[in-house]
Amino acid sequence: MEPTELLRLVNAASAGKRPYFFENRDVDRLLAIVWAMAGELAVTRERLDTVERLLAQKRTLSQAEIESFRPDGAAAAERGQWQVDYIARLLRVLQQEQDALRSAASSEVSAEDVSREVARE
Amino acid sequence: MSPEFRHDEIARFNFLANFNKVMSGSIVGGNALAFEQRARAAWQREHGSAPADRFEIRAAMRGDPYYQMWSALRRSGMEMRQQAGRAVVLRQAEALRDRARALNQGAPTLQLDPSVFVPRYQSAVDNHCMPGSYFAELMDDDVSAAANYDAGMFATTTGLFGRFLDGAGGGTAYWLKQRRPGWQPARILDLGCGLGHNSVPLARAYPAAQVVAVDISAPMLRYGHARARGMGVSNLTFRQASAEALPYPDRSFDFIYTTMFLHETSYTALRRILREVDRLLAPGGLHIHLEQPPYRGMDEFEKFLRDWDCYHNNEPFWTTLHDTHLPTLIRQLGFVGDTVFETEIHARVEEEMPKVAREVEDYGRGGKWYAVGSERPSPVRAT
Repeated sequence: MEPTELLRLVNAASAGKRPYFFENRDVDRLLAIVWAMAGELAVTRERLDTVERLLAQKRTLSQAEIESFRPDGAAAAERGQWQVDYIARLLRVLQQEQDALRSAASSEVSAEDVSREVARE
Repeated sequence: MSPEFRHDEIARFNFLANFNKVMSGSIVGGNALAFEQRARAAWQREHGSAPADRFEIRAAMRGDPYYQMWSALRRSGMEMRQQAGRAVVLRQAEALRDRARALNQGAPTLQLDPSVFVPRYQSAVDNHCMPGSYFAELMDDDVSAAANYDAGMFATTTGLFGRFLDGAGGGTAYWLKQRRPGWQPARILDLGCGLGHNSVPLARAYPAAQVVAVDISAPMLRYGHARARGMGVSNLTFRQASAEALPYPDRSFDFIYTTMFLHETSYTALRRILREVDRLLAPGGLHIHLEQPPYRGMDEFEKFLRDWDCYHNNEPFWTTLHDTHLPTLIRQLGFVGDTVFETEIHARVEEEMPKVAREVEDYGRGGKWYAVGSERPSPVRAT
């Protein structure tokens, strides 16, 4: 397959109208890009982890070694946990919103309001 | 038959698997809170009463910022899963095709029929956002659609269905041996087999039986046949045919089953398929169908969440199937004299795989299934 054609096919859409969830579909578009970047950062982090582990093991490394590296059970679990933590960091805004929904004591006051409040005599 | 993965390709799937884990673990619950604390009240103010059913809940949630974000992320994850799988498979599509060709060459157990057409319920939108669905053929004898399905499913189910993704078939074989100890079905039929993930375990559990696995997708059957051969399974025939009109005489099979197939059909097709099962089932035989649990008895909000895949992951018959009372439908369509049953099938997977005991079921991705079927009495023998 010709490279540009391959890339086009790899990134092809499925048949069926794509759902957009926000009033402004630019938000959906931006999110799709941000989330793809999040995925690629995770991929980079995993690759770096592979390099570090290999370096620690051997002090030398080759491309082929990276390509064929497979984590053992413990390393896979550590890497999985790192990703869970990482994804939770990225989804901070949802977590905070959920916590606010859960907590009856959640404060709706803004720093701007407080700024005015504390400026009063 | 499995495609080769590069380091970063595995890492992409690891990310998606962990993303699914976070989304179905700590994130999904915010939807219920958003509904209870604001969307329901907003709907009530506008309409004078709370949302009455899952359709009104869906309408009420459509404008909720938490649901919007959760949905948009989830949809992105579905699309990224397809992109990641296609990136692995399409770069080696020719090599996979050649490997399948070599394994399939001249085998009478692969029976393709180019006259089989893709019905509207499969062609209108691409199933679970798979570009080209099960059917795209980018070259002669293409198997890439199946290789992508195979490669990505392990990642998205995080091992719950077993190393060979055969947990449902393994669970079905285990269930059958418990239900009928010592019974040897001579002829077994798997309808909507896809690439045969759940056909292989039945062929292995009953090595003396002839197993026929039917699907309308040639790429899935080519890949599935090559995969089964590679696994050393020989009592398994893959046949391209429509489950709505099967090319077998009456009473041809002792055991007929489907795994996660009926929800990918339609109102009319479901009835035609079950009538075919009735026609093909031999006296003394039984049939069983594995699906996600029916909606009856469920909370409306849970139904709403389970419906997400119907509308946003291209599973158009999902919501109707789960509203259908299948035991009643089976009785209505025939199956005279049969005993209709419902049961639960648990995935049977390798020891090192995670068990069903995942705490939160991800609305359709757990390792257990609702099952429904009927058992046909044996002919009474004069003594």
